[in-house]
Amino acid sequence: MPTATNADDSDPPDSDGVQIDLISGERMDSMATMEKIRMILDGVHDGNIVILEEGLTPDEESRLIEVTMSEISPDEFNGIEIETYPKSETRDSSLLGRLMGSDETEAKLTVIGPANQIETLHKDETLISALVSRD
Amino acid sequence: MGLFTELKDSISRVTDRLFSEQEPKRIGIYGPPNAGKTTLANRIARDWTGDAIGTESHVPHETRRARRKEDVEIERNGKTVTIDIVDTPGVTTKVDYEEFTDEMEEDDAIRRSREATEGVAEAMHWLREDVDGVIYVLDSAEDPITQVNTMLIGIIESRDLPVLIFANKIDLDDSSVKRIEDAFPQHKTIPLSAKEGENMDEVYENIAEYFG
Ligand SMILES: Nc1nc2c(ncn2[C@@H]2O[C@H](COP(=O)(O)OP(=O)(O)OP(=O)(O)O)[C@@H](O)[C@H]2O)c(=O)[nH]1
Ligand SMILES: [Mg+2]
Repeated sequence: MPTATNADDSDPPDSDGVQIDLISGERMDSMATMEKIRMILDGVHDGNIVILEEGLTPDEESRLIEVTMSEISPDEFNGIEIETYPKSETRDSSLLGRLMGSDETEAKLTVIGPANQIETLHKDETLISALVSRD
Repeated sequence: MGLFTELKDSISRVTDRLFSEQEPKRIGIYGPPNAGKTTLANRIARDWTGDAIGTESHVPHETRRARRKEDVEIERNGKTVTIDIVDTPGVTTKVDYEEFTDEMEEDDAIRRSREATEGVAEAMHWLREDVDGVIYVLDSAEDPITQVNTMLIGIIESRDLPVLIFANKIDLDDSSVKRIEDAFPQHKTIPLSAKEGENMDEVYENIAEYFG
């Protein structure tokens, strides 16, 4: 998708490489919701895997789904795969976190990629693995 | 003094009633595609109003517009609750029209996928703006720990909406209600078969109690 440009001015990926964008929490902090979503989807449109150190808030996730849907186009863009991995482990402690009212600030590593290029995005307690096809 | 308090009481009773009659709670039926949301919405609507809401299908993304059934009055153990039921399109982060080409012509598959994406966006919008409570429907024969489920439950929680989780399709051999309870221990899970009408008593009891 040649029109999409990435937020940083990095070169577009060559034809047979897979670019991974690792975005720090610090960088995300200074961005507005739509800027974050634009940055993610521009990266994904270019075929990149985008990794967010601190993930998105629930509201931002909901908007990401909405904007993703509006950009799906037959034979061009099928949408995204997304997986998150909470840093402050286990369901029980996140329940505790919720009871203590700290759920929304919980940082969670998030991996996002183009659905048509990621064949499996597998996740368990300690691992997210993505199989990326190059074409 | 006494008269005044009485008057105030009866006025607030009247306004309470007016308020609740004008604005029944809107309960959104959410969940991934094919979980049985429309089958459930139709069963509830048929049981309490006599007519259905939408079409059910084994092909995902059958529902592509949110559909509302107003003033569904559910009565359980002397408690009556009036709700609007909103059947929403199944939420996903990806739609590939080629998944439908076995079932229909390519043109129709492309149209279906286009409508599906609009429908999902609409469902997200309803969730942010227009629902007062959520019934989250899952196919209990499938793994509940998916990113879409985790994200949606997170979105619902962050909006402080009351939510009941419905473990649907318990008539299937692979059904596991426990898998759902373990995945979302912070919420109440109710097992049912929307298609066979199993356990609907408990379903209505919980709706009346939870959204009343
Ligand atoms: N075995 C079984 N099948 C069910 C049950 N409930 C629904 N189904 C079937 O599951 C399929 C999907 O049902 P729908 O009600 O259309 O699902 P939905 O969640 O509305 O799907 P979308 O509108 O595509 O998001 C249909 O073939 C239904 O007959 C159930 O309790 N048991
Ligand atoms: Mg439906």
